[in-house]
Amino acid sequence: MIPEFIYTIIVILLKIAVVVGVTMLHVAYATYFERKVIGHMQVRLGPMRVGPHGLLQPIADGIKLFFKEDIIPAEADKTVFKIAPIVPVFAALSALAVIPFFEGFVIADINIGLLFILAMSSLGAYGIVMAGWSSNSKYSFLGGLRSSAQVISYEVAIGLSLVGVMILSGSLNLTEIVKAQQQFRHGMFLFPQFVAYFVFMVAAFAETNRAPFDLPEAESELVAGYFAEYSGMRFALFFAAEYIGMIIMSSIAVLCFWGGWTLPPALLDAAPALAVVPGIVWFLLKVYIHIFLFYWVRASLPRYRYDRLMSLGWKVLIPLALANIVVTSLVKFFL
Amino acid sequence: MSTLFQELLKYIGAIYPEVIVVTVGLTVLIFDFFVDKERKAFLGWYSLAGIIIAAVATYKLMGTSGVFFGGAFLLDPFSTFFKFAFYAACGLGILVSINYLKIEDIHRGEYYALMLFATTGMMLMASAGDLITLYLGLELMALSIYILAGFMRSDNRSNEAAIKYLVLGAFSSGIMLYGMSLLYGLSGTTNLMGILAFLRGADLANPVLFLAMVMLVVSFGFKVGAVPFHMWVPDVYEGAPTSVTAFMSAGPKVAGFAVLLRVFLYALAPLHGQSTVIFSILAVLTMALGNIMALSQTNIKRMLAYSSIAHAGYALVGLASGGPDGAASVMLYVFIYAFMNMGAFGVVIMLRKAGARGEEITDYAGLGKTNKMAAFLMLIFMFSLTGIPPTAGFIGKFYIFKSAVEANLIWLAVAGVIFSSISAYFYLRVIMVMYMHDPKGEFKLATAPSLALALAISVAAVLYIGVLPADLLNFAKASIAGIM
Amino acid sequence: MINKAIFIYFAAVILLSAVLVITRKNPIHSVLFMLLLFFHIAGVFVVLNAEFLAAVQLIVYAGAILILYLFVVMLLNVETESKASRANRYWPWAAGFGLLVAAEIALLVARGTFPLDTAQPMRLGASGVKELGIVLYTRYLVPFEIASIILLVGLVGAVMLAKKRSSE
Repeated sequence: MIPEFIYTIIVILLKIAVVVGVTMLHVAYATYFERKVIGHMQVRLGPMRVGPHGLLQPIADGIKLFFKEDIIPAEADKTVFKIAPIVPVFAALSALAVIPFFEGFVIADINIGLLFILAMSSLGAYGIVMAGWSSNSKYSFLGGLRSSAQVISYEVAIGLSLVGVMILSGSLNLTEIVKAQQQFRHGMFLFPQFVAYFVFMVAAFAETNRAPFDLPEAESELVAGYFAEYSGMRFALFFAAEYIGMIIMSSIAVLCFWGGWTLPPALLDAAPALAVVPGIVWFLLKVYIHIFLFYWVRASLPRYRYDRLMSLGWKVLIPLALANIVVTSLVKFFL
Repeated sequence: MSTLFQELLKYIGAIYPEVIVVTVGLTVLIFDFFVDKERKAFLGWYSLAGIIIAAVATYKLMGTSGVFFGGAFLLDPFSTFFKFAFYAACGLGILVSINYLKIEDIHRGEYYALMLFATTGMMLMASAGDLITLYLGLELMALSIYILAGFMRSDNRSNEAAIKYLVLGAFSSGIMLYGMSLLYGLSGTTNLMGILAFLRGADLANPVLFLAMVMLVVSFGFKVGAVPFHMWVPDVYEGAPTSVTAFMSAGPKVAGFAVLLRVFLYALAPLHGQSTVIFSILAVLTMALGNIMALSQTNIKRMLAYSSIAHAGYALVGLASGGPDGAASVMLYVFIYAFMNMGAFGVVIMLRKAGARGEEITDYAGLGKTNKMAAFLMLIFMFSLTGIPPTAGFIGKFYIFKSAVEANLIWLAVAGVIFSSISAYFYLRVIMVMYMHDPKGEFKLATAPSLALALAISVAAVLYIGVLPADLLNFAKASIAGIM
Repeated sequence: MINKAIFIYFAAVILLSAVLVITRKNPIHSVLFMLLLFFHIAGVFVVLNAEFLAAVQLIVYAGAILILYLFVVMLLNVETESKASRANRYWPWAAGFGLLVAAEIALLVARGTFPLDTAQPMRLGASGVKELGIVLYTRYLVPFEIASIILLVGLVGAVMLAKKRSSE
């Protein structure tokens, strides 16, 4: 006789293992995907040597990083320096807990899922700031400062852009939000909330420190920004956190604007055969499209200047998101 | 949903004086962009007009009373009485500021907006039926005044005043929240009516209750500047721009007493047996220290700061007496105090001119010869602060001490009279310097129509209440009747 | 039972990190312990079924306010800050008086009674977001609006006091 709650705990642990495992695999191959995409966009091949078409490259990279010497600068604040890389990974992985990958599969189906993700992504910024400060190097420090200012500013925009979705769905639970989108023929909040989607995506680039807003790392100015002094596994953790962050941002975009694992009712009516395909396939496909978008933007756009970045955030995105909230609530109230 | 909406609309009808003041404050901030530096006085007159409209609104609401927003907001004669005092303090404060700000070269729109926001905070404190509203109203008032105290950014004394006030104010707010959370933990409600209902059936000897009460006394004692929580008063009063000091000594102090009355004589009324002891001790300490320290001051703003501590002590005597009479005497007293203090600071402001600070008592030498009118006004305000008939100050003190005697606190009344007579020394010294000393040289006062109007209103109020106190006293008594 | 154990864990860490916040000499470490503190306060909210408050605690305090503290503290010279003496010559008086007050409070609370069951979790449906929203916009509308004016005053004050002016 196994008590009920032990059974529940075992199921949850298994789910966690699956999600973390799959995500880490995705992180590894996201790097490969990135190098390939950018390679082809720049008319070159990308990694080709390890395995067929370089398919084993991420594994080789992983082994290399794992066995590399872990260097801690002499003047660094050692405790903070050691903790710093763990924080963003911890925050990013925690956020995965509330993401429903397909109907009924979510580790913690809490009612404030969306807020939880925002809370976790705001915690992630601490890792960057701590790394920047504890390294005791001016490049790291500048990177840390830039990052904290950038992340705080764009978090506001992200939060406000999602308010429109919250108003339309009347819930903060991600599963409910997905289901609420089925009431439309087009099955996506993308259409009524296109302004919010635009704001969200731009802010997501900034929130994950990706190009064109990768000022915290800005190789040409700050060497590598906040993780300039890191090496080996700790460096890999920062890298992993950035990619998990990207996956999470893509997932939120998919769940809140692209209907998650569901297909538009209109499309299903036209081609009923599509209903056979499991939801996870659609979900992952939509996430891959977004991740591709991240790479596409990185390959196409030059880096922003810092003051332009700030004025874009505060003077364009936040007012746009606010206007979207006003319009959405008016429409919701009167229709 | 629509019924909820209609309900809310009905509630707006009760709170619209506050809404008017806030709206005027917000529009001042907007207009500030379009008004050039030389014409900022327009914003002052505009704010004053807003205050007058709000006063009319409150006057129209005088007949109605009720409980709104589920007990968070009370509209009753008690709050109405205090709101008139706040309108007076804010209106007079604006009038004495207009010219002064020009002289100090700090004429900016935010000043009036902050004053209006502070007034809103005070109004909400008087109307609060819930500890949450009360606390937030208090913070709104306090935060606005911290900023106003530091309004002269290039002046070190002003910076010091703002920082001292902010740090100590935040500290006392913390203590207040501890007290409130204990009270909430005991009674399970933040509603004042609910707390009263809880206390009627509770074990009053519970030490936690006592702790909560002491914490509230400490924090409110800080806000009204009672000894031993008065440390900030002299430095803040001296450092802040004089017009802000005038407003600060009238408005927040009155608001502090409004809250003290509402919390201790209404919600915590069953605990009066314990609180009266605390208030008696605080009152004696406050009167003693305020009056004795004022004796040795040479700076008039510092002297008035200690005098304001002493006056808080007199008002605390009324609070210790308790009962409707005690409460009415406190209300009468703080109302009068607002006018006479405003007037005294108005005269101090007149002496501030470009190049001359005019804050030392010796600067008043010979004012009785060079400027008879100003000296005479100062004479009346000083008489009133001392409590010499036929000025209003006498009436205020008379009813305070009368209520103490009736509450069998004769020793407190005697102490009050003794300390009042000590206070005569430093108030009358100003008069002596004005009339007996020779002028030190040509001294032209910074007069302006707005300042003259403020002084005229103050002196009229002081003399009118001094001669015919019955109206105001009956108003106060009628206002208190509703809650006790 | 499990709830109580979890609460005790959170409470213990809260107290410990609160003490560390004020005793660490390095201001950065203080801020980081404060982060730990906020995190565990959010945990207490979760134990009390106040999920929304927990999330807001993290988003607002940890995500916005504290990181700005960290931002400012990072610009300080940590070395001189760490070496500077924290106590002036009156510290024994302050410590003695503080201990006295703390002992009094402890004594009064220990001897007092709390008539209510103090550990009542929120009895709200779902996550309480909807209920909270309705309460905020009806019963607590006035405090809610005052809070927004307070924030405005804070903004006006910060801009006014800190902005550079060419005329001065």
